[in-house]
Amino acid sequence: MPKKSLQIDASGVPYRELNTQLRQAVDGGTKTIKLHNVFGQRYIGTDLRSPVEIDIQGTPGNDLASFMDGPRIVVHGNAQDGCGNTMNGGEVIIHGRAGDATGYSMRGGKIFIRDDVGYRVAIHMKEYEGKRPTIVIGGTAQHFLGEYMAGGVLVVLGLTLLPDGRHTASYIGTGMHGGIMYIRGQLEAYQLGKEVGQVLLDEADEALLADLVNEYAIHFGCDASAILDQPFTKLIPLSSRPYGRLYAY
Amino acid sequence: MNPTSYENRYGDDKVYDACGLFGIMDVTGERFSGQDIVTGIVNMEERGNGLGAGFAVYGCYPDHADCYAFHVMYTDPGSKPEVESFLKTHFYLVHQEEVPHQAASELPDPPLIWRYFLHVDPAAMAQASEDDEGEYIVQKVMQINTAEMGAYIYGSGKNTGVFKGVGHPSQIAEYFGIEEYQGYLWTAHSRFPTNTPGWWGGAHPFALLDWTVVHNGEVSSYGANRRYLEMQGYHCTMRTDTEVMAYAADLLMRRHNLPVKVAAKVMAPPLWGEISRMAPEDQTLYRTLRQVYGGLLINGPFTIIVARQNEMIGLTDRIRLRPLTAAVGNDGNRLYLSSEEAPIRLVCPELQRVWTPVGGQPIAARLGEPLPVENPLALESSLASPAFACAARGA
Repeated sequence: MPKKSLQIDASGVPYRELNTQLRQAVDGGTKTIKLHNVFGQRYIGTDLRSPVEIDIQGTPGNDLASFMDGPRIVVHGNAQDGCGNTMNGGEVIIHGRAGDATGYSMRGGKIFIRDDVGYRVAIHMKEYEGKRPTIVIGGTAQHFLGEYMAGGVLVVLGLTLLPDGRHTASYIGTGMHGGIMYIRGQLEAYQLGKEVGQVLLDEADEALLADLVNEYAIHFGCDASAILDQPFTKLIPLSSRPYGRLYAY
Repeated sequence: MNPTSYENRYGDDKVYDACGLFGIMDVTGERFSGQDIVTGIVNMEERGNGLGAGFAVYGCYPDHADCYAFHVMYTDPGSKPEVESFLKTHFYLVHQEEVPHQAASELPDPPLIWRYFLHVDPAAMAQASEDDEGEYIVQKVMQINTAEMGAYIYGSGKNTGVFKGVGHPSQIAEYFGIEEYQGYLWTAHSRFPTNTPGWWGGAHPFALLDWTVVHNGEVSSYGANRRYLEMQGYHCTMRTDTEVMAYAADLLMRRHNLPVKVAAKVMAPPLWGEISRMAPEDQTLYRTLRQVYGGLLINGPFTIIVARQNEMIGLTDRIRLRPLTAAVGNDGNRLYLSSEEAPIRLVCPELQRVWTPVGGQPIAARLGEPLPVENPLALESSLASPAFACAARGA
C-alpha cells in the first residue's frame, strides 16, 4: 500500500532528485506531502496532475508550480521568481511574498500571495473557455503588473501599504489585451500602460471580488469586509489587439 | 587544449540559464571566513554552467593592508620575468608569492597566478605624467593588460583579494581555498556566459584598484561604453562585457567623485517619461547626467554588485530585467545581496528584513553606517540637494 502522507527533509537535496521523489509519491497515490528545509529547489510541483496537498517549509526556488495541474501548494515562507509559470490548474497559497513574474503565462488555477510581489506579475496570463486563472496579491506590486496580460483575473489589495501610502507601480497593464485587474485604491493616469482603461465596477465585478477577498481572508486570517469597504479600481484592456495596426498601414 | 577559452563541456543539459550573484558585507568591519559566501553561491549552482566562478574579498591581507595587491594571471608563464621587471621598475615590491591553490585539480589548464604586494615608488611616479596614485596604478595595469604578452593584472586593490577561474563555484572555492580567507565584505559569482568565451580572465569579479564587479545580464551597450571609456584611458582586454562596468565605476566614483546614487543614475537612468514628471531642478539634473554621461548608460538587462573598500552596492537596470534580493541579518550588521532569496536564508536563517529593490535604485552598505532601509523613496528628490550639487561641482 502506498503511504497516504509523506514527509521529506529537503536539506541539500538537488531539485531534480526532490521532484523525482514528488512525482513517484504522487504516482503511488500519496495524498499529502510535507517538505521541510526547502532552500531554493526549483520547479517544485512541476507538471504534477493530481489533487495532492504539498506543504512547504522554507523558500522554494524559481518556477514553483510551473505547468502544475491540480495540486494545492501551501508555502510557509516566500516564493522566488516565476511562481506559477504556465500553471494549468490547482492552487498556490503563499504565506509571505513572491518574486518577479509570478503567474507568468498562467492558464488556470489560483495563486494567493499574502504580501507583496515583484515585477511583471501575471505577464501574459491567459484564459480560454472555462479556464480562467486568478491571482490575488495581499500587498502591493512592483512595475509592469499585468504586462501583456491576455486573460484571467488579477487582484491587488494593498494591505501592506502605510495608511497614507499608495501603489507605486507604473506601466500597469502595458500591452494588456485581455482579462481584468482589480486594484484596491487610487492610481494616477501615468501609472497605467497605454493599452488599459479604468471603468466602474458592476454587480458581477462586486460579486467576483467578494468571493476572492473572502477566500484570501480565509487563507490568511483577516477581515474581508474591512478590505471590501475601500473602493477598487477596475482596469480592462482598451483593445483585444493593441498592436494589430502597429506594423500594418 | 587552448588554455584561454573553452567550449561548453556540459552538453545540451546546460544550454540556458543565468548567472548567480551573492554578496555579504558586515558594516561593523568584523571579518568572517569565506564559508558563508561559498555556501550561498553554491546553493545557486544551477544558475551557472561551470564556465566561470569567482570571489572578491576585502580585508583579507591584513599583513600588507597598505600595499596594492596585484593579482596577475599568466596565460603565458614565459611573460613572468618581463612583468616582474616592469613591476620593479615602477613600484616598490614588498612581497610576492604564487596564489595558493590545490596541487591537483580537475579544472582545465589553470594558468599560473601570482600576487604582488607593492607600493608606488615616488621617484618612479615623479617621472610619470600621472599626479595621483590611483591614476598611476590604472595606467600601469592598462599597460600590462594591453601588451598582449599573456599576462593580465586582474586585481589591483589594497587589502582586496580576487579569485576566479573556469569551473563551478564549488570547484573554484576549493581550488583557491576560499574558506581559509577572512574579510568583512565578500562577493561571489557563478557564470553562465552568454556571448563571450569562458576563460580564466573572463570569469567575474572584474576589478581595478579596489573596485570589483560581479554581474548577471548582458551589456547591450558594450561597444558604446567601451569607446567612451577608451577616450578616458581605460582599455578592455578581458573579452567579457562586464569589464566596462568596473572601469565605469572607477571613472564615475573615484576619478569624477560622484556619489553612489548619482553614478547609479548614470548607469541606470530614469526613463524620459519619469524625468518629465520630476520637479524642474531634478529634470535639469537628470537631463544633464544623460547628456554628459550618455556613453556610460548601461543598456540591456543587468544586476551588479559593485564593491570597494568600505562599501558594497547592489544595482539593477532601470526596468529590473534581472533579479536582486536584499536582506539585513537579525543583528542589523550584515547586508546580503543575492540573485535569489533562498541562499540568504540558508546562511542567515534569522533576517530582520528582506526585500526586492526597485530597478535602477542602488542599495548601498557602508562601513560604520546604518544599513539601508527598504524602499528609499526619498532618493529621487534628495538627488538635487545642495550636498549633491557640491559633489558634482567638485568633479
